[in-house]
Amino acid sequence: MTAKPLITLKGVNKYYGDYHALRDIDLTINEGEFFSLLGPSGCGKTTLLRTIAGFEEVSSGVLMISDTDMSGVPANQRPTNMVFQSYAIFPHLSVAENVGFGLRKSAMSKAEKATAVEDALQMVGLAGYGARAAHALSGGQRQRVALARALILKPKVLLLDEPLSALDRKMREQMQVELIKLQRDVGITFILVTHDQEEALVMSDRIAVMFEGEIGQLGDPEDLYRRPNSKRVADFIGLMNFLPARVADDVSEEVAAKPAKPLGLIDRLKQPFAPVSGPKALPEYKLGVEVQVPGLGRAIVPTSQVPKGLRQAECIVGIRPETLSLLFAGEKTDKQTVDATIDEVVYYGDMTYYDVRIEGIAEPIRLAMKNLIGRPVLEVGVTTKVIWDERSLVVLAPE
Amino acid sequence: MKLRVYAIAYLIFLYAPIVLLPLFAFNDGTVIAFPLQGFSTQWFSELATTTALHTAVKNSLIIASLTAIFSTILGVCAARAGAMAHFPGKRGILGFVMLPLVLPEIIVAVSLLIVLRQILGLDLSNWSIIAAHVLICTPFSIAILNGAFQNIDPSLEEAALDLGESRWSAFRLVILPLVTPGIISSLLISFTISLDEFIIAFFLTGSNPTMPVYIWGLLRFPASIPVVMALGTILVALSILLLTLAEIARRRGLARTGTKDTGGFL
Repeated sequence: MTAKPLITLKGVNKYYGDYHALRDIDLTINEGEFFSLLGPSGCGKTTLLRTIAGFEEVSSGVLMISDTDMSGVPANQRPTNMVFQSYAIFPHLSVAENVGFGLRKSAMSKAEKATAVEDALQMVGLAGYGARAAHALSGGQRQRVALARALILKPKVLLLDEPLSALDRKMREQMQVELIKLQRDVGITFILVTHDQEEALVMSDRIAVMFEGEIGQLGDPEDLYRRPNSKRVADFIGLMNFLPARVADDVSEEVAAKPAKPLGLIDRLKQPFAPVSGPKALPEYKLGVEVQVPGLGRAIVPTSQVPKGLRQAECIVGIRPETLSLLFAGEKTDKQTVDATIDEVVYYGDMTYYDVRIEGIAEPIRLAMKNLIGRPVLEVGVTTKVIWDERSLVVLAPE
Repeated sequence: MKLRVYAIAYLIFLYAPIVLLPLFAFNDGTVIAFPLQGFSTQWFSELATTTALHTAVKNSLIIASLTAIFSTILGVCAARAGAMAHFPGKRGILGFVMLPLVLPEIIVAVSLLIVLRQILGLDLSNWSIIAAHVLICTPFSIAILNGAFQNIDPSLEEAALDLGESRWSAFRLVILPLVTPGIISSLLISFTISLDEFIIAFFLTGSNPTMPVYIWGLLRFPASIPVVMALGTILVALSILLLTLAEIARRRGLARTGTKDTGGFL
């Protein structure tokens, strides 16, 4: 499917008095996309959503939905519908009256409206709930009613303002999956506002991470997780260790050939007779940027993972906890290792998080180990080795 | 145990004078003194034949009804602005709006009399009393309606807008039904306040006295004191009835929206 832009923002700014809530937002959201606005509270994500919905006017810039300029178009005439954080279920109406609220002015007959309401309730798994009083519903059911009420109007965009934050963890995870399925079924563009990075990673096709009214990074979940473009993005999404380091220069060096193990006598006899050895294999070259990480050592990081222009300079190296591992007794590795002492152990059942001290690094480094069969949970004070891989390093410009 | 004794003493202090009203209203004797003479309803039948009283009551009912309507309309506007709008100086303005609640009525009465007669040069009429009663009732209306509006999630109105309704129909379809109990309570309470308000009515009354003013006039004639008692009994009964209705309306509203009771006016 080719991406067709549905919502376009160009240089959108929003001021509340002196407060600059949105700063020069340029953004395109495509048709049928599950798009998330992610950020800490006060970053402007809800303001941006409310601007798209029409509850806030832009101070400057252009907002287009389906190639139509939305300036001066009030919320009740935009092809958007919203699921509010509080769900905003009308407490004096029944479930069916809530869901059918938006159809009040439609030309449908009464019977058609009733069918549409029942279909919408069916879609969110609340078939048969129509006659119930809205205020007697549980949190999860309210959420479904709010979804049905918004989707019954078949908007081009469904806006979701932290829709899962009021639910308990189990319910939230269930609704995440249901929302993904629902979005796939109806094919409507969903824009989700959330401060929960996990939620955004699970649900979205693309995510815009916002800080202080700006978009810090825009990309698909894997992009954001594996290649954050700044420390604040890396810090906000998942856990990451940050180490001071230094970027040297672009390098291109020959991969050291593994020393060939001398063949035993019998093997040598099995070799076919060849007076002249064949053509030598071409040497392999490793291209990248040299980064010196105190405590870990020297690493060659792919050029694409190092900010352009950042050469011969201080930098920050990020390492995700799950890309490091401990070398347990009896295990062997041919990867790079470094000596470490266990400083803290946090046991999660399926995982154990270790904070380890490595000589030359001021802060303890966190790493995560799956609790596989036969793998012990190490104790504080034990010395061990940490395995690291230069491919997992994320080089970031210093702040 | 001790606390209960205090509580009972407190209730006696509060309600003993009011209990005396029906006691003497049904007493067969013109003198207000114990022992009681016997049961009689003659004072009530005398009420029915006093035409001057009827005009006073009619007057009061008209004034109280219009006062209730005006102050409730003003209260709805103020409470809505207080709950949903944001503007500079909002707190200060709302504070000043509530000030008449604690202003001595005699001050209000004197200043209004001066403004109406000396400055504006108007004749006193029922309208001057209505204006003054609206002034003292509006803060009560706002206090009651504030509770009603503040219980409403501001997203409800936005949700209605989002679903295609205009501002007015969003208010009519969503907000109004939810604050109706508050509106009923505000109407009833301002009606009650206006109905038995004396000081302002006394100062501003034109040619037709209101009921409290008429009762005050009756007091000069000792023989008619039992009639006043009878009238007082009816008024107390009516006030209790209206305030009870107001409270029922408020509680029903809470139950309907499933919100928590945070203590009402009563």
